[in-house]
Amino acid sequence: MALYSEKVMDHFRNPRNVGVIEDADGVGEVGNAKCGDIMKMYLKIDNDTITDVKFETFGCGSAIASSSMATELIKGKPVSEAMALTNKAVAEALDGLPDYKMHCSVLAEEAIRSALKDYERKKRGEDSPEED
Amino acid sequence: MIYADNAATTKMSEAAIHTMITTAQETWGNPSSLYQTGQKAKEVLEEARSRVAEAIGAEPREILFTSGGSEADNQAIRSAAELGKKRGKTHIISTAFEHHAVLHTLKKLESEGYTVTLLPVHENGLVVPEEVAAAITDETCLVTVMFANNEIGTIQPIREIGAICREKGVLFHTDAVQAIGHVPVDVVLDNIDLLSASAHKFHGPKGIGFLYARKGIRLTNLIEGGAQERGRRAGTENVPGIAAMTTALTDACKAMEANAEKLTVLRDKLIAGLSEIPHSALNGDAAKRLPSNVNFCFEGIEGESLLLLLDDRGIQASSGSACTSGSLDPSHVLLAIGRVHDVAHGSLRLSIGEDTSEDDVAYIIKSVKEVVEYLRGFSPVWRDLCAGKASFIL
Repeated sequence: MALYSEKVMDHFRNPRNVGVIEDADGVGEVGNAKCGDIMKMYLKIDNDTITDVKFETFGCGSAIASSSMATELIKGKPVSEAMALTNKAVAEALDGLPDYKMHCSVLAEEAIRSALKDYERKKRGEDSPEED
Repeated sequence: MIYADNAATTKMSEAAIHTMITTAQETWGNPSSLYQTGQKAKEVLEEARSRVAEAIGAEPREILFTSGGSEADNQAIRSAAELGKKRGKTHIISTAFEHHAVLHTLKKLESEGYTVTLLPVHENGLVVPEEVAAAITDETCLVTVMFANNEIGTIQPIREIGAICREKGVLFHTDAVQAIGHVPVDVVLDNIDLLSASAHKFHGPKGIGFLYARKGIRLTNLIEGGAQERGRRAGTENVPGIAAMTTALTDACKAMEANAEKLTVLRDKLIAGLSEIPHSALNGDAAKRLPSNVNFCFEGIEGESLLLLLDDRGIQASSGSACTSGSLDPSHVLLAIGRVHDVAHGSLRLSIGEDTSEDDVAYIIKSVKEVVEYLRGFSPVWRDLCAGKASFIL
């Protein structure tokens, strides 16, 4: 039996939306290198709709696949819908993750939420901690 | 396909497979039975014991067959601890980077009232004999130090440590699972009292190994029952496994010098090639290591991704990252030599074998370089390091 589903391997081997958005409207980073996983999400938002999303990830196969899948799930969606994205939805879209890898999908959910909060902060005119 | 994980297990040799099959077919009797079929099996068993003993400079009666390295480690340590307790000595010395078969046994003994000192293995992954000497007290009953480390391959100054233990009257055990059949081991010259070995690390079958215990050392049983193995390990002997292990060990010892010479050249080529990757570092001493072992850390990437992408390219290796262990912590061995978590997650162990070729080595170097560069390309850690937002460790 393979470690991961075919879908996880597909997203790991050919990650979607990899990269950086220089003039992002929202940026979120979660995790830490000590634990072995860091995810960074960049959002471009227009009219409360996510028009573009990119990610960078330091982590294992399922962390990279979870990031990739999460970007696909929110691209073109309204902010409210992206805010409601759950780790369960990410894992299900990947045809499941091994139990001890579920935290990777949690990180993906948190990374997106963190980027959306950054967007809202910026919209309110507050400084982003990212630019401190 | 390039198999570069021989420290995890080795492919059984054709000769060992042949021995296993013919022994199972022709010598299937129970060695404890008095009739001819049984006695024939007994002969095979005792012939194997003699040859295993010969391979490490021991006497046949000093060899006890076990289910593998872990059982041998458990029994050796447990026995020395019990002997110590009878004399009021309950202190054990070991190292921070032992195999878990040793470390978990020591943990158990601690909970039973023993005290354990784990010596540092320093940046080069080597135990300092003088530090062993300094750690020994009147309470010490056992020193257990592995012969060669399973992750970083460093070969310990076993003979010197053994001499110190002899002089101080303390039992000395070594987990030689990675060493037997690969580097010379002689229990007399190396001053070893107890030694553990496992067949599947030298092209023998899984589920079989042996424990050497110098004569006069009374072993504690882990398995109670019949009178097999001089009453020290009950259970009908795995005669086909024991015979196949013996074939594999004999062959490995015969080819040891030539293999070591060939592998050392390939190993050093791998080390030189992978050292060209910026912000990487070899783990463990460059020279005092197994001829087969290469272990690197690459900053800014995580080991499991590296392994999966290497597997896609037909290269099978292993890593000390947390994600490959199922826990949050990376390898205790890498932490013991002072690698911080961030860097230890990005480790790669290549353990080559006799059938690794020059071309394989070139392909491995090329592939690792490409995969590391690819993964760094979208690693936020790497981006921060390159942007000067964080400092490089390697």
